Amino acid sequence: MPEKVPAQSANTPNAQTQAHAHAHVNTKKIGAVLGKNSVPIFFLLLSIGGIIAAGLDINYLINELLGRLGRNSFLVLSLLIPIIAGLGLNFGIVVGAMAGQAALIITTHYGWTGLGGFGLAALISVPIAMVLGWLTALVLNKAKGREMVTGMILGFFANGVYQLVFLVLLGWVIPMKNPAIMLPSGIGLKNTIDLFDISYALDRGLDFIWDGFIMTEVGSIPIGPWRIPILTLVVTALLAWAISFLIRTRLGQQMRAVGQDMHIAEVAGINVNRTRTVALVISTVLAAWGQLIFLQNIGTMNTYNSHEQVGTFAIAALLVGGATTRKATIWNAIVGVLLFHTLFIVSPLAGQKLLGIPQVGEYFRVFLAYGVIAVALALHAWQAKVKSNKELRGE
Amino acid sequence: MPGTLFYNLHIRIRLVLRGEKAMSDSFVLELKGITKAYFGTTVLKDVNLSVRPGEIHALVGENGAGKSTLMNILFGMPVIHETGGFDGEVMLDGESVRIESPRRAMELGIGMVHQEFMLLPGFTITENIKLNREITRKNVVSRVLGAKMETLNVPAMRKDARAALEKLSLSVDEWAPVAGLPVGYKQFVEIAREIDKKNIKLLVFDEPTAVLTESEAEYLLDAMRRLAAEGIAILFITHRLDEVMSISHNITILRDGEIVAQMPKDEAKIERIAELMVGRKIERAKLPPRGFEPSDSEIALSISDLRVEMPGERVKGLNLRVRKGEILGIGGLAGHGKVGIANGVMGMYPAMGEVVKGGMDVPLNDSKAALQAQMAFVSEDRRGVGLLLDESIEMNIVLTSMQAQNKFLYKGPLNSLRLQNGKRIRSHALKMIKDLDIRCTGPMQLVRRLSGGNQQKVCIARAFTLEPEVLWVSEPTRGIDVGAKQLVLDLLVEFNRTHGMTVVMTSSELAELRKICDRIAIVYEGKVVGILPPDASDVEYGLMMAGKAGNVKEVG
Repeated sequence: MPEKVPAQSANTPNAQTQAHAHAHVNTKKIGAVLGKNSVPIFFLLLSIGGIIAAGLDINYLINELLGRLGRNSFLVLSLLIPIIAGLGLNFGIVVGAMAGQAALIITTHYGWTGLGGFGLAALISVPIAMVLGWLTALVLNKAKGREMVTGMILGFFANGVYQLVFLVLLGWVIPMKNPAIMLPSGIGLKNTIDLFDISYALDRGLDFIWDGFIMTEVGSIPIGPWRIPILTLVVTALLAWAISFLIRTRLGQQMRAVGQDMHIAEVAGINVNRTRTVALVISTVLAAWGQLIFLQNIGTMNTYNSHEQVGTFAIAALLVGGATTRKATIWNAIVGVLLFHTLFIVSPLAGQKLLGIPQVGEYFRVFLAYGVIAVALALHAWQAKVKSNKELRGE
Repeated sequence: MPGTLFYNLHIRIRLVLRGEKAMSDSFVLELKGITKAYFGTTVLKDVNLSVRPGEIHALVGENGAGKSTLMNILFGMPVIHETGGFDGEVMLDGESVRIESPRRAMELGIGMVHQEFMLLPGFTITENIKLNREITRKNVVSRVLGAKMETLNVPAMRKDARAALEKLSLSVDEWAPVAGLPVGYKQFVEIAREIDKKNIKLLVFDEPTAVLTESEAEYLLDAMRRLAAEGIAILFITHRLDEVMSISHNITILRDGEIVAQMPKDEAKIERIAELMVGRKIERAKLPPRGFEPSDSEIALSISDLRVEMPGERVKGLNLRVRKGEILGIGGLAGHGKVGIANGVMGMYPAMGEVVKGGMDVPLNDSKAALQAQMAFVSEDRRGVGLLLDESIEMNIVLTSMQAQNKFLYKGPLNSLRLQNGKRIRSHALKMIKDLDIRCTGPMQLVRRLSGGNQQKVCIARAFTLEPEVLWVSEPTRGIDVGAKQLVLDLLVEFNRTHGMTVVMTSSELAELRKICDRIAIVYEGKVVGILPPDASDVEYGLMMAGKAGNVKEVG
């Protein structure tokens, strides 16, 4: 990229306001910062409590977290752009995940392997995700102000279509023969598909340089064994950079404007529906790639379930990171993934240790994911109400 | 035409004498035969209007006269095209144009300073001024994906914003966020945004002074004069007639979607404009007589030692006796507690003290008890407390009666399970709409869509539906236009005379209190300092409102 970039970034709105804020740090500000970040702080304390209660080995935790950071961050980052454009939490990324899986089914069928196969799947998923994202946008542009619930229901509907295609039409209407991934009847895909072909394709894509394996000792403290999914983290970092670049472009400025007030943006001559459509298409394509990254790490695909909870878990992680339905940053996404997944790792172990029942932790996982979303949405609705009341009173 | 020639000459001479830049002979904007209907209701009928460069053209009219629709047409707002477009022709610089979007309007050089601010609170002043006209730099990505991916050139944007703000002599940091700015500044940011557009020819000001203080408004008018002197044509929409007289060159008066008069400023008089606007003479009509005169022998309501905790309007131990059948005014300066009285008595804010009505104690802090004591309240906070904005007109009219008095319900054993009687609700709503002249598309229209005056009428209809013995009205004419004001006052008089309702009206406008009240109580520091007859002198009122009444005065 051109060497101009750092100079520009110094002048971005965020950099400016932050610099401005730092100039006035005092106790009040610290209190405000704590209040602002109360959600991540709460989950951080919960995580630390869980780690202590479970007596967890820190090296094990770090290794797990590195893997999960690579596996999930891309999906969570795919949520950012719709939030900036005012569409709220995009439950519609489920549709993108389906596009990713469809591409993966194609590459698996033809037996394309390794990083090449993975790249091809990523390429194939783009047109599918773009069409689906565009269709999502058509619906959501008709449901302004109710994007989240509409997107969620849209995800359920798309799941039905997905099942129709891969359980009924495939092998019956769509000609395909592949006993390895299809049901014995010759119609429909198996419930589980082994992704041996592309397993760890991205995570270990740089193994020919370094396999990312760390096991050493600093003093007498053992470090490792950790395995860093280097290429995945590089790709995720690239995405994070691309998003922050996008925000600084004219398109990004239009998205921010639309996100704040559609009417004002319209009056300023911005094509609101088009901007929202672009945001959704980008998000859907990113979600498709995110799902590919997720699956190459897992190594198998639950044909009919893998995509189902993608939206919920990614959104829960983002909210744990301190994002709201109207404001989210790259750091919210990263911190959120770390905290949410620490709890994911820790809670069954803590349940086992404290109560002797690992299921408690399992319940807690589900409780956590949905509870976080419910609380965050309720808080958002409440804040919006307070704000509108204030406006009514002309404050 | 010789007439036009003379007229042009006349204006030119006047401008030259004033030392202003002469207006050009050609028109920037010509509207020809503009006609627009929404769902079968004609809101604009054959409107013709032309503006020259450098001219300040005032467009006056009541709420609902069609000004906003006209501006929406001029600005290519989607609402026009979504409802079937309009008839007629818009000409810019002598050429017929089609303005199908706000973007197109901008490209053509039409700018708009909106009534409600079109500013994004989360953006800085610069970002708002440059919204969708950002200065950008090319980069690698934009060379592939197009101009939308160009990066913002923030320093250049700031420089432009600075220049525009300086043109208005506004000293404010151009990188400050808009959210915390005072109202007056926001207005100027709006204007700065418009004048930053290099090709701006015509600037529309939609009631720009409505939210400003007097000195801010004066400053704004100065800025408008300067802009006009630079050759920008200005279309100035306003309610404030003295502003029209102070800065406009020509005046167009719109009433019920039609142009009723167009005149140069020199031939205009405020009274004449007001009269044309409302279409009826505004004068102090003699109030209709009563069968009996209210007196202290019959007291409708007696309040003693009332204290109300209403923020900004505290009542501190107030005594007041309301005579049966009178219209009692409550006046006083803002912040002295006049608004708190009705809010306290009706249970809207925490209150203590004693309120006796017809020999019975009315419990305080209990809205339902107040309603059941045959009192009704038209709140000053129309949109917050007075109305359910997203409910229909008819539901707003009958809701309180349904809840507090079980009216408009079918018979049933349990009050809370009785069903609405839709037929009776509808017929009552239709009667109210007719009697109170509520301008709407029908009883099912959402109250949010009504103009301020019509919303107020719905509030009054609701209070009237309760058939109260005592009607409390707070700031009944706040935020509504001249014609509607008079109608609201007429309604109150009618309720009082024909239905024998006792009315207690609180208002910041002394003039309207003096218009219809029998007695006016002046509140100072949370207490009544005196009660004056409506024909008392201005001096007496002035002194009393300033708390300088020598001794408490009562009128008989």
